Amino acid sequence: MESQRNHPPAVTTTPVTLTTGRPRTVTGTRWWVAGLFLLPALVLLGSLVVYPIGYSVWRSLYDADGSGFVGLENYGDIFTNDATLTAVRNTAIWVAVAPALVTALGLIFAVLTERVRWGTAFKLIVFMPMAISMLAAGIIFRLVYEQDPDQGVANAIVTSVHDAFVDSSVYPKARPAPAGDLKASGGGSFTSTGTVTAGTPALLPLVGIAPNKLPGTPENAKAPGASGDGVTGTVWLDFKLGGGGTKGQVDPGEKALKGVKVEAVKDGKVVASATSGADGTFALPADADGAHLRLPGSNFTGAYNGIDWLGPTLVTPAIIGSYTWMWAGFAMVLIAAGLAGVDRNLLEAARVDGANEWQVFRRVTVPLLAPVLVVVLVTLMINVMKVFDLVYIIAPQPSQDDANVLALQLFLSSFGGGGNYGVGSAIGVLLLLLVLPVMFVNLRRLRKERQR
Amino acid sequence: MTAVDPTLDRPLDPPVRARRSFAARVASGAAGGVLRLFLILVALIWMVPTFGLLVSSFRDPTDISTSGWWKVFTAPGQLTAKSYSTLLKNDAITSSLLNTVWITVPATLLVVVIGAMAGYAFAWMDFRGRDWWFLVVVALLVVPVQVALIPLSDLFGKIGIFGDIIGVVLFHVGFGLPFAIFLLRNFFAEIPRELLEAARLDGAGEIRLFATVVLPLAAPAIASLGIFQFLWVWNDMLVALVFSDSQSQPLTVALQQQVRQFGSNIEVLAPGAFISMVIPLAVFFAFQRQFVSGVMAGAVK
Repeated sequence: MESQRNHPPAVTTTPVTLTTGRPRTVTGTRWWVAGLFLLPALVLLGSLVVYPIGYSVWRSLYDADGSGFVGLENYGDIFTNDATLTAVRNTAIWVAVAPALVTALGLIFAVLTERVRWGTAFKLIVFMPMAISMLAAGIIFRLVYEQDPDQGVANAIVTSVHDAFVDSSVYPKARPAPAGDLKASGGGSFTSTGTVTAGTPALLPLVGIAPNKLPGTPENAKAPGASGDGVTGTVWLDFKLGGGGTKGQVDPGEKALKGVKVEAVKDGKVVASATSGADGTFALPADADGAHLRLPGSNFTGAYNGIDWLGPTLVTPAIIGSYTWMWAGFAMVLIAAGLAGVDRNLLEAARVDGANEWQVFRRVTVPLLAPVLVVVLVTLMINVMKVFDLVYIIAPQPSQDDANVLALQLFLSSFGGGGNYGVGSAIGVLLLLLVLPVMFVNLRRLRKERQR
Repeated sequence: MTAVDPTLDRPLDPPVRARRSFAARVASGAAGGVLRLFLILVALIWMVPTFGLLVSSFRDPTDISTSGWWKVFTAPGQLTAKSYSTLLKNDAITSSLLNTVWITVPATLLVVVIGAMAGYAFAWMDFRGRDWWFLVVVALLVVPVQVALIPLSDLFGKIGIFGDIIGVVLFHVGFGLPFAIFLLRNFFAEIPRELLEAARLDGAGEIRLFATVVLPLAAPAIASLGIFQFLWVWNDMLVALVFSDSQSQPLTVALQQQVRQFGSNIEVLAPGAFISMVIPLAVFFAFQRQFVSGVMAGAVK
């Protein structure tokens, strides 16, 4: 980093630069001494890296157990088989989305942290995930994405935000008492079979909840009083601990159900509605005369349970989110190092010329950082093509097929019970082909350096 | 990351500020407030996931299954190290932790030693085809490990080291070498020629020159490489998943098997993940500078 500070542009080309031209030998080395120094490396590279490439190419032309030559069939299989096709599609999504997202965040963080005094602490926090294993990150995010809002913090936040804006139902398990007049009417609603008349109190007894499980401190239910031309009634829990009382009647000690929505329905149309008060009573206007009373299903639906992060549709975006968490620090640190080398006078000149901060960022900073941004993007693309651990760990078994990526498919088809080395090798070769352009760029830059 | 790059903390606003109007100062103050708020929020988002698992690892399994980890803020009495003591009595976990060490240490040392030798040969020795050989090494930098999984499991099976720690170590050495050679060769090439010539005139042979002059000078690069390779191998799951068996598997593989029943065994996973993170985090905080330069140079992997 010290040297990065003095020669910031070096960062932009670190992966591929040769720092000097060809250094000449100190004095005549005997060839066998050079051979001695090189031998272990060349033997290991040859047998552990080069030989496997050749073997994979050859093996990819044979069938599952290697007994019959099948030509390019395994490659055709990758693009026709449903499982591998999902993997191809998801890898494409990863490559298209993750590097850009991570680089953009890294750029934003790098630029913004320059403006606060505790920027270093911030960088430390964001960079930390780079040090831990994908497995640990996977376990961390498995917990974050747990469906149960009482386990996963993501859904805990989502549900509390949701409940702050949307009334959640209070009595998910309540149902009409047999003694009453209410019958299920579809969509979770309950409707009275008879009609109500103004001046005659309507009784809407419910059961299904234990009195001591009611939210808050419920008041005792109050029998509705007759009131002039409107329709009045009571919604209450027709049951009390220890039993007793008359079914269908508001007995002393039975608890009121407050906040229940009551609708008056005539010919399928809602003509009036009210909500029960703390003592369980409600009052509808005179229009309700002759209507059926309905308790809409919204009173009884289960509580909102958050987002199914690891279900089939969201599993890939969710895992990309955890990848972003891991790698944003990498992008940020590289970009920050590049930023340290940007000539401040250029930015200041733009400001003096009347550019606002956004324009300075957009027209001066970003173009100056372009080489670093390209290196970061390319690096992340190579990295993302090979993503395996995060998907393998975070995607639960039922969504694994939906989250599948090439590296995972290679593992599954060859080692995860598939036992098909033919397709596995073909996927391996495909992954190698995908990084070949980067290999050539590396080599070309290297040769250019040498010719200088 | 002060140690990494102190210059990033330069004061930002130039003297111009003094001439700004009161209104402009209020506006920029408000913008600064929004900025700080945003960064604090981001920092929180980055810390909460890890923190949640850390807290979970210190809770009782029954508490975990009935409420979220954030409940400890209101009920700090729930904190207990029970899961850790149970886990550390679990033979499968402790032996896999030892395996991690037995895999990581040799895989790191071998890459550094063999990489340094080859890097030195490429930097300072003259032999036919040197540049071409080095091009091959650079080409191998980006080869994905996936391409070697099948060939090497066949090969290791034939020579009888499939499922053995040696196989896992060899794999990591093979795929660690291109970067090691590349990084060290570049660093060695920067050593002033005069220094080597002087040592040579003093009668040092090639091996003594390498061991007593070149290696000590390259200590910073070797440290970066060592830390990078160490973390790479320590954190690896894929290679070990393929090449180790139940006797030789490292911690990552042992924990991975538990993930299949996620939820029912968070009391193993949470502390297990933290035990696997302790060493990398210690290395990270102790050697930030070397780690960052290793990561930056290793971007190609």
